[in-house]
Amino acid sequence: MGQTLTEKIFSNSLGRVVQAGEIVVVQPDVVMSHDSLTPGIIDVLQQDFGRNTVKFPNQLVFSFDHVAPASTVGTAENQNKVRAFAQRNNIRLFEVGRGICHQVLVEEGIAQPGFIVLGADSHSTSYGAVGAFGSGMGSTDVAAIWATGKTWLRVPETVRVLITSRFQPGVGPKDLALKIGRELTISGATYQTIEYHGLDWMPLHGRQTLCSMAVELGAKAGIVPPSGEIRRRFTVPEWLFVDEDAEYVRTLEINLDDLQPQIAIPHAVDHVVDLSTVAGMKFHQIFLGTCTNGRYEDMREAASILEGKQISDQVRMIVTPASSQELLKATQDGTLATLITAGATITTPGCGACMGRHQGTLAKNDVCLSTGNRNFKGRMGDPTSSIYLVSPAVAAASALYGVVTDPTSL
Amino acid sequence: MSIIWKFGNDVDTDQIVPGRYAPYMRPNEDVGKAAFIEAHPEFNKLAEPGDIIVAGENFGCGSSREYAVLALKRRQIGAIIAKSFARIFYRNAINLGLILIEAPQVVDELSDHDLCTLDLDENRLEVGNHIHRLPEISPFAREIVSAGGLVAYIQTNSRLPGE
Repeated sequence: MGQTLTEKIFSNSLGRVVQAGEIVVVQPDVVMSHDSLTPGIIDVLQQDFGRNTVKFPNQLVFSFDHVAPASTVGTAENQNKVRAFAQRNNIRLFEVGRGICHQVLVEEGIAQPGFIVLGADSHSTSYGAVGAFGSGMGSTDVAAIWATGKTWLRVPETVRVLITSRFQPGVGPKDLALKIGRELTISGATYQTIEYHGLDWMPLHGRQTLCSMAVELGAKAGIVPPSGEIRRRFTVPEWLFVDEDAEYVRTLEINLDDLQPQIAIPHAVDHVVDLSTVAGMKFHQIFLGTCTNGRYEDMREAASILEGKQISDQVRMIVTPASSQELLKATQDGTLATLITAGATITTPGCGACMGRHQGTLAKNDVCLSTGNRNFKGRMGDPTSSIYLVSPAVAAASALYGVVTDPTSL
Repeated sequence: MSIIWKFGNDVDTDQIVPGRYAPYMRPNEDVGKAAFIEAHPEFNKLAEPGDIIVAGENFGCGSSREYAVLALKRRQIGAIIAKSFARIFYRNAINLGLILIEAPQVVDELSDHDLCTLDLDENRLEVGNHIHRLPEISPFAREIVSAGGLVAYIQTNSRLPGE
């Protein structure tokens, strides 16, 4: 019988055939943690495990993205603690401004097809965009990997999402990610992997958008079978292909011919409706960024809508590039100049306002259109503020008029 | 006697502890004081050691932030009884030795502010003169929780769970 991609990746790691449902102990290829949680993981290693060193320094990678550069003396001290630990243990560290961990690990070729990549961050499902098994864990789990090099995992069953046709103009990967959430619901893939089929044509950035949001449906991982751009940019192991007779717990079919722009309304990621339902609604802030939609292509799409125009004086638009490389690309073809000329502001690459800590925290009753991945109550600031999740195209079109606007209507 | 604090479905980690209250942001404060600080101020002020959280589906969805579990642990919550739990939250809770009980049949019969007595050895919850049978915690999880969490498990057994 065939295997899912998840079963193949675990079988390869263990050197024997494994099946969904088994609890296995694996040595992950990469273990990522960022500035927000690494200081606490160091505490668990030192205080609870009583160790000062990690088992495999090469397995680890640190990134500074959650509050970077530091916003307070406390965060600055914590970052120095991580820098000193990294230097002492010879661990790779990506400094403030380099970008969001999930973007940087892909750009640097640290996340590779067929790898098991675990991160102290729920959006570690993002690594499925390159054909890795990516999954998030908490601090103690990660500290245990630092100490032992290994962790236990239950090999998850897989839900297949089968996509047919191509996007209509003005509709993109974010609309698809939201539509999948609408169909599967916020807990519809709990403890499972989502495999996205029918997307050989989809470029890397779109795959990253989809996989970053797999966790929002409860999934342990989200994987797009490596094809197209992934095969051109990465070395894909010969065993990493889809078996026709692999077993899935469920198949969800989505035809892109029928897909309109989508929007997630407060306060849950699966409260998704067609954009037309809330068209014309006023808001105060646009946040274009995050591991879901902060890449060059997302900024380019927004710029193509804002070219030669001005955003409404009723709203503010904050653009936070996902990484320094994405920012650099946007400076080289006029994308950034277009956004700034239209009235947007650009922040340091990183997670930015996504979890309400800096660079765009919301005040009482503020309404934000975000290209991010979570609209939980109070996530970006005051608990009376609200977040609507949209695509970069919807964000840009809405910026022009200061009300929610369908980009396909422009 | 303990008090039941009843929540709905999809209680996310931003509700349990908003990111702005993370230990990273406020290194000198007890994260326990931030438990449900904005989403449920009454719980935040009044929850006592031993109190029980009862919730619907998908409790703890969202972020990997272990400090959401840590905050409830610091408040010495006796157990969380829910219809289901989000994956990362479930692991974090086992790792820190916080008791989670998946009991879909029982949840609808329990009400906010009910007084109760939880007996984990006998898997039962007494509310007034009604006794609710609770499902057994999975042996795998119970082994880790009984050891005192993941670190203690590894230190005691010199191996990982499942190894």
